[in-house]
Amino acid sequence: MIIGFFLIIYLGPIMLILVVMGVQIKCFHEIITIGYRVYHSYDLPWFRTLSWYFLICVNYFFYGETVADYFGALVQREEPLQFLVRYHRFISFALYLAGFCMFVLSLVKKHYRLQFYMFAWTHVTLLIVVTQSHLVIQNLFEGMIWFIVPISIVICNDIMAYLFGFFFGRTPLIKFAYLLSQYQYFVCPVEYNSETNRFAVECEPSNLFMIQEYTLPAVVQNAVRWKTVNLYPFQIHSIALSSFASLIGPFGGFFASGFKRAFKIKDFADTIPGHGGIMDRFDCQYLMATFVHVYIASFIRGPNPSKVLQQLLVLQPEQQLSIFNTLRNHLREKGMLPPAVEEAQ
Amino acid sequence: MTELRRRGGGGDPDSTENISDKEADGDDRLAFPGEGEGETEGDSKADTPDVPPSADNTPQCLNKALEGLSSRWKNWWIRGILSLTMIIGFFLIIYLGPIMLILVVMGVQIKCFHEIITIGYRVYHSYDLPWFRTLSWYFLICVNYFFYGETVADYFGALVQREEPLQFLVRYHRFISFALYLAGFCMFVLSLVKKHYRLQFYMFAWTHVTLLIVVTQSHLVIQNLFEGMIWFIVPISIVICNDIMAYLFGFFFGRTPLIKLSPKKTWEGFIGGFFATVVFSFFFAYLLSQYQYFVCPVEYNSETNRFAVECEPSNLFMIQEYTLPAVVQNAVRWKTVNLYPFQIHSIALSSFASLIGPFGGFFASGFKRAFKIKDFADTIPGHGGIMDRFDCQYLMATFVHVYIASFIRGPNPSKVLQQLLVLQPEQQLSIFNTLRNHLREKGMLPPAVEEAQ
Repeated sequence: MIIGFFLIIYLGPIMLILVVMGVQIKCFHEIITIGYRVYHSYDLPWFRTLSWYFLICVNYFFYGETVADYFGALVQREEPLQFLVRYHRFISFALYLAGFCMFVLSLVKKHYRLQFYMFAWTHVTLLIVVTQSHLVIQNLFEGMIWFIVPISIVICNDIMAYLFGFFFGRTPLIKFAYLLSQYQYFVCPVEYNSETNRFAVECEPSNLFMIQEYTLPAVVQNAVRWKTVNLYPFQIHSIALSSFASLIGPFGGFFASGFKRAFKIKDFADTIPGHGGIMDRFDCQYLMATFVHVYIASFIRGPNPSKVLQQLLVLQPEQQLSIFNTLRNHLREKGMLPPAVEEAQ
Repeated sequence: MTELRRRGGGGDPDSTENISDKEADGDDRLAFPGEGEGETEGDSKADTPDVPPSADNTPQCLNKALEGLSSRWKNWWIRGILSLTMIIGFFLIIYLGPIMLILVVMGVQIKCFHEIITIGYRVYHSYDLPWFRTLSWYFLICVNYFFYGETVADYFGALVQREEPLQFLVRYHRFISFALYLAGFCMFVLSLVKKHYRLQFYMFAWTHVTLLIVVTQSHLVIQNLFEGMIWFIVPISIVICNDIMAYLFGFFFGRTPLIKLSPKKTWEGFIGGFFATVVFSFFFAYLLSQYQYFVCPVEYNSETNRFAVECEPSNLFMIQEYTLPAVVQNAVRWKTVNLYPFQIHSIALSSFASLIGPFGGFFASGFKRAFKIKDFADTIPGHGGIMDRFDCQYLMATFVHVYIASFIRGPNPSKVLQQLLVLQPEQQLSIFNTLRNHLREKGMLPPAVEEAQ
């Protein structure tokens, strides 16, 4: 599995996205199948159709939001895409409502309770599996390193905890983060290049991935006899990520164990010999993906400039003018614009 | 729980094979007595204790006044009087202003959440589960904190800039909310007790689904409110009107049942309610569009520390002239008609409320039937609990929010500006240049030579 992982990384971002989607669909399938067995709901009318329909709706909603952001140039070119993007939320909501109405119409007198249970089961599964796989993909677009390092951390933590325990898990990771930070392929945000119609991973690495000198605190200086150390700031973030994975990540595993015990199943499925189902491998990953996404949003990333520009261009002209003036004053204060006299265009 | 005792206490952790369907069969039959052979209506041995016939908590005065009437009409009058009381209460609260409305929405949300969680307790006899009540309320507080934090940051921008601790809370809002939620999640995992795993997972799921339905949608209601009180009042009135009209039409003319789920609903009520609601909303929208109090976005004025509702009404609320299609022209002999564009939107809203809104009601009926309860609670005499009154509202609130976001509102300018100021200076400069070119093309800026500041 680990070799397969590295192979997929080599193949590039599109492959990763497809793999994430595949994992998501398989996990969803596994959990829904457990629901069937628990409630003997094989004969419920429409139920399988509705579960898959809701999965498609929610995926459509999430991927529509992402596509609009990242494929901006492509969307501008195609008329039908523009319509879909402009009314995206309304279309997604209408699709979901259609599923909801189908559910209500499919209620059969003797099976109300079962049907409601399966409805709730489907929604909770969607919430857990689909939302978090979507966060994984958003992390991926920030830069493949934000995808690879967290997943490796969790895998490593699993393996190391199994072999050695808590502390040894972290050291190899810091070296691993150091290794990956040197390559543009991992570090740059994934962008869609509309001329070549491919994903491009080239950029000027941000400050996070440039070596900086840190002064060690006095205590450590005496012990190690170095005054300063050269690190990528990302390595410090990776310590935070790995601490989370070691301390809180296991709760995701305990949750899944409790779930399996509650419903008296040993594994989610038998997909991988010796390991159980896909869900068994990925249960700790989900909490991690959400944490990384929140971490990036809070500490690393600012708003996306092209998205801000898009929103600007949709505003009323008077609003644009007032924002323009405020921005101009702000840039003048910062010294980015020469004061008072604008160079001729 | 008996199956756990039978298997020697607490489920064998090393059971080597996946449970077969047959065993799962047995377990489930025992875990849910009364469920195995399918639902029989009126199964008196259901695990859900039957709700005692609703205690007659109508006030004494009403009882005395309605002494002489037969039971059907007495019920009718009680419902009527309570409806009127609720409607008057509604108008009173509108008069009191936006803050009051927000507090009322929050109160309704908390009460609905409480009602649904209480049903969960009864269904699963989970009164003795450790921590469960605490955790449910904790998750409610977390999710509310997350949503209100997002709103507050947008609308109270000026206030937030002034106060240091608020700035910290806003900047790291998502992280703080997530940390709070995680604490609750870890508490849940730590609280799992050997014999009650399944129940605890059920209650966990029950809580989350309830949060999703109740809290998310009440939050959307408040966002609609900030767009302008009309976007709050008109949808709610439409749903109430549809309820009442469908009931009246059904009461007087009803013959053909609509759906097995709700035997009292009839096609006559449904169709009559649809037309009556569209007409009502058309005129009601006309009435409200004339007042700034309803039409203007609610804004927080940081000087006076109050909510202010004054503005230049948008195009949506200015009378415009529409040319009638030729067919109608012949019939009515008017060439054009003067309408507020908002009235056309209100037709769309009322169509949704009449055609799709009832599905929310059927969903709630199915839910009540599934768990063998007559009403969500006994809060309102003759009407049941708060949730009974609000079940149709929820779909409507989400629809209105999506409708506004798709067709009415553009991005919020102050939010865009906030985001702009957070960007890197180089990014700001490039956006500045793009914007300047754009404005020059539009003629909002004089080309090439900027007037001196």
